[in-house]
Amino acid sequence: MDSELVLEFPSDVRAIEQAVEAVLRRCPECEAHARKLRLNFRVGLTEALSNAVLYGNGEDPSKPVRVEVCIAGSTITARVTDQGHGFDPLAVPDPTTPENVARSGGRGLFLMRELLDEVHYNDRGNCVTLVLRLDPGFGGAASA
Amino acid sequence: MGFSVSKQNGVTVVDVEGQLIVGNRQELKTRVLEELDGGERKFVVDFSQTGYIDSSGLGVLVSLSKKIREQGGELRLSSLNEDLRTLFELTKLDTLFRIADSREDALEGF
Repeated sequence: MDSELVLEFPSDVRAIEQAVEAVLRRCPECEAHARKLRLNFRVGLTEALSNAVLYGNGEDPSKPVRVEVCIAGSTITARVTDQGHGFDPLAVPDPTTPENVARSGGRGLFLMRELLDEVHYNDRGNCVTLVLRLDPGFGGAASA
Repeated sequence: MGFSVSKQNGVTVVDVEGQLIVGNRQELKTRVLEELDGGERKFVVDFSQTGYIDSSGLGVLVSLSKKIREQGGELRLSSLNEDLRTLFELTKLDTLFRIADSREDALEGF
């Protein structure tokens, strides 16, 4: 069954976990893929929401973050939009290289790309689309 | 969701209960730095009660480890579940930290 969820929340880091849990509650039909939801989707979505709150909206509570989630068959698509000016995702360095691995930041986009099947930004860079495929019979592995 | 701090054999042990994410990372940083300022140098962060960590949580661990090393101390990690180990391996942070299977292993020889 296809389902859609749309929610908006204020740019407060304390609201991120509640937003993620609200989305995950809409995915009961995906229980067979518990690990991919628990790890890949949960962490990937948390990173997208954190980027939107912290960098997109600058933690300005008057600027909402919008989340749209569509579950179609075995594919979950989440679109996260902030009110910011956007950024160039290609300019973000690889955090796993020897010169970057000891830095305290810069792992959010990397984790999204590693844990999800697709990560797309719009041209402005303020809207990211995450795609996770829950392929039949493939519920245990964490690699996307 | 929260943190509890205890002392075992001269080591400060911090249990992360729930998540270590952008919303509570500052609380962990404050708790550990208070102990560091108080003279503690040996730290274990135990994840046996932890659901998940995001990049902000990973970042605060990196930052704290650096500050503790600068003071001549060490931060060890213990009891990571399969999901958390995956995150440390993906980000190559498993090369940066001493990660023990259990709290007892982390405390051994500290």
